[in-house]
Amino acid sequence: MTTYDYFSIAYGALATVSLSLISIVLGVPLGLGLALIRWSRLPVLNQLTIGYVSIVRTCPSVTLVLLIFYALPVVGISMEPLPAAILTLTLSTAAFNTEIWRSALANFPRDQYDAALTVGMRRGLRFRRIVLPQIVRSSLPALVNEMTLQIKSTPAVAVIGIVEITRAAIRVGARTYDPLPPFVVALVLYSLIVFVFVKTQRTIERRYAQAGAPA
Amino acid sequence: MNEFAIVWQHRDLLLIGFENTLIIVALGATGALALGILLTIPLMSSRPGIVALGAAYVDAMRCVPFLLFVYLIYFGFPTFGIQFDNWWAGVVALILYNAAYMAELLRAAWKNLPKEAIEAGHAFGFTGWGLFRRIIIPPVLYSSLPLIGNQLVQIVKDSAFLTVIAVAELTHEATSLQTTYFVPFASFVAAVFLYWMTCMTIETGVAFANRLAEDRR
Repeated sequence: MTTYDYFSIAYGALATVSLSLISIVLGVPLGLGLALIRWSRLPVLNQLTIGYVSIVRTCPSVTLVLLIFYALPVVGISMEPLPAAILTLTLSTAAFNTEIWRSALANFPRDQYDAALTVGMRRGLRFRRIVLPQIVRSSLPALVNEMTLQIKSTPAVAVIGIVEITRAAIRVGARTYDPLPPFVVALVLYSLIVFVFVKTQRTIERRYAQAGAPA
Repeated sequence: MNEFAIVWQHRDLLLIGFENTLIIVALGATGALALGILLTIPLMSSRPGIVALGAAYVDAMRCVPFLLFVYLIYFGFPTFGIQFDNWWAGVVALILYNAAYMAELLRAAWKNLPKEAIEAGHAFGFTGWGLFRRIIIPPVLYSSLPLIGNQLVQIVKDSAFLTVIAVAELTHEATSLQTTYFVPFASFVAAVFLYWMTCMTIETGVAFANRLAEDRR
């Protein structure tokens, strides 16, 4: 492996990290929104959300990205590989995040909500000041767990031509006829990325613990 | 939409892929569960060295994306003189990868097993393999049924990655159907539907098995 080979895999890592981050930044609030739809049992939208979560949760990301990239143009929505990849990853992570947020909302203590009502907080304020901070805290471990799974499912978008770590490593292997070294480099890079996420979660949890509130 | 009519006309192609996916998933799941059960032995060993070895394997698998692992088995293993055709490489990859996840969730269940059951087993003269097979594994399997179900769904989803090494599974057949007849929408929607059906069947089956297990307890 030459320096250039290392560089090309590291460049792939940039794609992996940015794709993961973008889909997480979009997917976490989207999941929260969908969970709120389920929480408030909005008619029709509630059923649609249940269907969406059920289908996307069981759909392999490879199949989902192929569907979005090749099939949506048939119904008039045509996308470049990059937006298609981001859309796929966001849709799939949002489905899992919906379930995480939903279970946090379901476990939210009712008495606190009632207490907020009695001091006359409005709906928006009630959600922002009372509900949100606590469900963020209780869903954090599950959300980070889903983020690490998300990083590991990014290689799926390689099938529509996005060059991320795995595909970059394959290319190097195909050129040098020695696939093991680039795979090891890729493995180290993935481990590093996952490690950073888990470490960040631990730090945030420690901050919460220092703030003195029950986790 | 006559796209769906074309897919229906060539449904045998999709069904071959579907059948292949089911066989691969069945082999992968059985193998992963069996190997996962065996892997819990080193993970729960009283010797730290053996625990570290088992944990290293499990952690390594949890850091690699499945796609990279498939490539590693298919392109990397021949370097060590181990060579499979693509179908078996896919099955082996599914087994080795998911066994680590199975082992991890079974280990957690084993840790939560009440000590008394094991001590009672000792008192009745169970040791070693007999103790493991008759006393430890049955309640561990019962209590982790829902998590095993989740992992089975994960195996179904992982099997779609095998299209990259040209295993003729469902996604692969859907892709070839769409390139031959240019029916991308219908073929992928059909594939997604079949995956969904499979996972729903697994979830229903696991829920049913779980009820039986609850009754037995």
